Amino acid sequence: MRVSKLTAVLCASVAMPAMATELEVTHWWTSGGEAAAVAELAKAFDASGDKWVDGAIAGGGGTARPIMISRITGGDPMGATQFNHGQQALELVEAGLMLDLTDVAEANNWKEIINPPSLLEACTVDGRIYCAPVNIHSPEWLWLSNKVYEDLGLPVPKDWNEFVASAPKVREAGKLPLALGDQPWQSNLAFGAMQIAVAGLDAWKAVNVDKNMDVAAGPEYAKVFQAAAEARELAKGSNVQDWNQATNLVITDQAAGQIMGDWAQGEFQVAGKVAGTDYTCLPGLGLNEYISTGGDAFYFPKLNDPEKEAAQKRLAALLVSPEVQVAFNLKKGSLPIRGDIDLSAANDCMKKGLKILAGGNIVPSGDMNWSPDVQKQAEDLMVEFWKSDMAPEVAHQKWVEILKSGL
Amino acid sequence: MASTTEAATGRQGTEARPRARWTRNISAKIAAIPMIATALVVFVGGTIWTVVYSFTDSKLLPRLRWVGFDQYERLWSQNRWLISIENLMFYGVMSLVFTVTMGFILAVLMDQKIRFEDTFRTIMLYPFALSFIVTGLVWQWILNPQFGIQGVVRDMGWTSFSFDPLNNPQTVLYGLLIAGLWQGTGFVMCLMLAGLRGIDEDIWKAARVDGIPTWKTYVMVIIPMMRPVFITTLVIVASGIIRLYDLVVAMTSGGPGGNASQVPAMYVYDYMFQAQNLGQGFAASTMMLLSVLIVLIPWAYLEFGGKKHG
Amino acid sequence: MADLSMSSAMTGPRGARPKRALSPRNIMLYGILIVVCLYYLLPLWVMVMTSLKGMPEVRMGNIFAPPVEITFQPWVKAWAEACTGLNCDGLSRGFWNSVIITVPSVILSIAIASVNGYALINWKFKGSDIFFTILIFGSFIPYQIMLYPIVILLREMGLYGSLWGLVLVHSVFGMPILTLLFRNYFSSIPEELFKAARVDGAGFWGIYFRIMLPMSLPIFVVALILQVTGIWNDFLFGVVYTKPAYYPMTVQLNNIVNSVQGVKEYNVNMAATLLTGLVPLVVYFVSGKLFVRGIAAGAVKG
Repeated sequence: MRVSKLTAVLCASVAMPAMATELEVTHWWTSGGEAAAVAELAKAFDASGDKWVDGAIAGGGGTARPIMISRITGGDPMGATQFNHGQQALELVEAGLMLDLTDVAEANNWKEIINPPSLLEACTVDGRIYCAPVNIHSPEWLWLSNKVYEDLGLPVPKDWNEFVASAPKVREAGKLPLALGDQPWQSNLAFGAMQIAVAGLDAWKAVNVDKNMDVAAGPEYAKVFQAAAEARELAKGSNVQDWNQATNLVITDQAAGQIMGDWAQGEFQVAGKVAGTDYTCLPGLGLNEYISTGGDAFYFPKLNDPEKEAAQKRLAALLVSPEVQVAFNLKKGSLPIRGDIDLSAANDCMKKGLKILAGGNIVPSGDMNWSPDVQKQAEDLMVEFWKSDMAPEVAHQKWVEILKSGL
Repeated sequence: MASTTEAATGRQGTEARPRARWTRNISAKIAAIPMIATALVVFVGGTIWTVVYSFTDSKLLPRLRWVGFDQYERLWSQNRWLISIENLMFYGVMSLVFTVTMGFILAVLMDQKIRFEDTFRTIMLYPFALSFIVTGLVWQWILNPQFGIQGVVRDMGWTSFSFDPLNNPQTVLYGLLIAGLWQGTGFVMCLMLAGLRGIDEDIWKAARVDGIPTWKTYVMVIIPMMRPVFITTLVIVASGIIRLYDLVVAMTSGGPGGNASQVPAMYVYDYMFQAQNLGQGFAASTMMLLSVLIVLIPWAYLEFGGKKHG
Repeated sequence: MADLSMSSAMTGPRGARPKRALSPRNIMLYGILIVVCLYYLLPLWVMVMTSLKGMPEVRMGNIFAPPVEITFQPWVKAWAEACTGLNCDGLSRGFWNSVIITVPSVILSIAIASVNGYALINWKFKGSDIFFTILIFGSFIPYQIMLYPIVILLREMGLYGSLWGLVLVHSVFGMPILTLLFRNYFSSIPEELFKAARVDGAGFWGIYFRIMLPMSLPIFVVALILQVTGIWNDFLFGVVYTKPAYYPMTVQLNNIVNSVQGVKEYNVNMAATLLTGLVPLVVYFVSGKLFVRGIAAGAVKG
């Protein structure tokens, strides 16, 4: 039984099906680089004989997820859908609405090839695998405009501390030291990046993995809040909304730097900027070169149609395959989920990321550690903190309360 | 009001033949099934469902695991929720006062036997055809400090001119108001104009004979007579205010300063779908519904309860 | 208050009669109206002007100035080239879907609401006012709150993801305000007509079709405008309750407006906005006069 099922899947993933099966795939990748990356997935799927029906919904996960969840619970699910891997789709899996991909994973040896293993763990519920990870995104990057510093006659900062030290001169020159968009998650992201950079790995792990609330309330984290309060001063006068508008301030040399995820480099790339000469990227803010391994994964709702189910499994296998991983991630600017592929075409920043990944300097992402509820509360707190004069001590205390609510 | 009352109660079937109670008016009852179903199943049913699940710890999917008033306790301890309510109250009062007074004054101006009335009216009404997303987008663009009004005035030489309501937590609600009023006052003006046109010419004649000044006639006689119009207006405007969501998302996403333009509907949506905490979202929506009830029940009593005695 | 008959609702303006053409009073009156109109027209002007400029000009110049070099490229891009994920055919993709959704939704919601209003005024039965009050209460419920219960309802009815499910949702959410307007309007139709028809033996539907309908063109126009506007502009229901095959035009608009690639392309956004708003705007301009008449009778009675 088991063997025959396996061979069936193997055959299905290799052989061309006689009839193209249409699968509708929903996602929220609609910016320039993202759409180009999705096109690679669609191309590969269509080439394998099936048909990718694109269901893009713009406006980010906040707009798209309610729609996806409504459709899955409403009994009219799509063929496959993007989620950030972690706890977002956990309940859908527990409710038995998602397709079990364990056989695909075993047939294609996902356990061995997917690196870091935490990615696959995030897809695993009760020992079964329910999602196919496609990329790794890390938010802990500082992006700097080289030109701003050249004009000032200063060396480009090599870490966060140098960046802070140089900020007054940047301000004097009428430029913005730190660009920060108004959307709540951006404040939260900046704080997250500072956590690991300032508090250090041990404290970070104690809080986020072991959920040690004493460390969370302790001196290491007090330092993080002090640093964030400093950063808040540097971001005063930043009046854009979207993250890529903030990135654009750096691209156009109106701002010296921005804390943003690795997806920002897509914007630099589209603007024709070259890593190293036009802009500089510092993973882990240059202090602690650790990156967290969040990212995107595809989930496959149960469709009760054997033909479609076979197609879903074919797509799942395809997403993890080396060719698709290379093509997709080069366009997306994200890191691949397997270490055994050649990404020599990657640019400087991406190579830095790959090196860190290969060195194993990685931590699980917020989506894996905390429930969306805790994250949303932290986001609310952070946006208030970054955009008001809330004392760091007060914010620190509130933050610990929020974490405790998620224990 | 006399004839209204009669209209309300006196038009039932006049047949003399006695019939069983429930079959009387049978076509009307059948015809009203969609309304009854909507009222009971969707509005009442949906509301009860929401209230019930607000006492659970439902996360992504609704489930009946009771937690008592936990969600409410948490809700009222959230700074963001409190600010949302404050913002909505401020925006709501300002918006009501301005739409109703502006709408009324414009209607009075339009009612002066002016030329080109159609043109003026069309101009004031067209924004109502556009969605809030569009409204928000356009005004965000006009209020953009770099390219919009502020930039243009500065380019003309007044370099210290500052008009950037959307990026200042103190003024952002006024920025929203500018856009909200633009979209909605035209419609209110039409309602008011209709009300003014519905008032008997004799009243004006009588007022003139008595030598009452025009403005006084409006305040003392006309406005009280237009009570039904004001009520309809209030229902339409207030229901729009409580639902305020799209405009805020399109213009400010709740910022600046993080919370300066947060509104309750945004809190509900964010917690239901982004935080995947249905229980919390339902608790917040229950509070919103409760406040609607507090306003509506006295009104419904006056409107329907009162008439039976009149 | 005297019964508001049809004729009095439609007579001309009231108030003091104007004396001379250029009296100070008139100068002030028209002055104020013109200033107010500038406030209303400004955004439309900005939208049209911005949509006719190229991006460099948008970034350099004054948003109120007319374009130096007129380009229709933003319009072409918005209509036929802007991308939603992999589908780069702009707004054109959703236009017919919007029509397919709007037409049955408008017809069904108006049919139901007009019958409701008629039954509420002329065929009152026990509890009918209570249902009406609940309906009005329903108009205050934020849509977002009802998303989940309706998903469950539609699933149980087997209508989830179908066009008819969406039509039903639009009818339900259009019902409160429309019923209010129809009810008020019908109450202004002279009762004698109704009584006479009853004496002649006409029943519920007979009176509705032969007396009420022919007399109610203005309020039907009001309902038509409100519904066309509301349903055409809807994004949330269209995307939550249907399949991508039926996604309305506003989904593409949302995608164009919300997926920022580098600098926001304000000119394309504005063109897309205008294109999406075109249908409701045309409906307004064509039927403006009837709209006011209908509102006149529909809103005045409380």
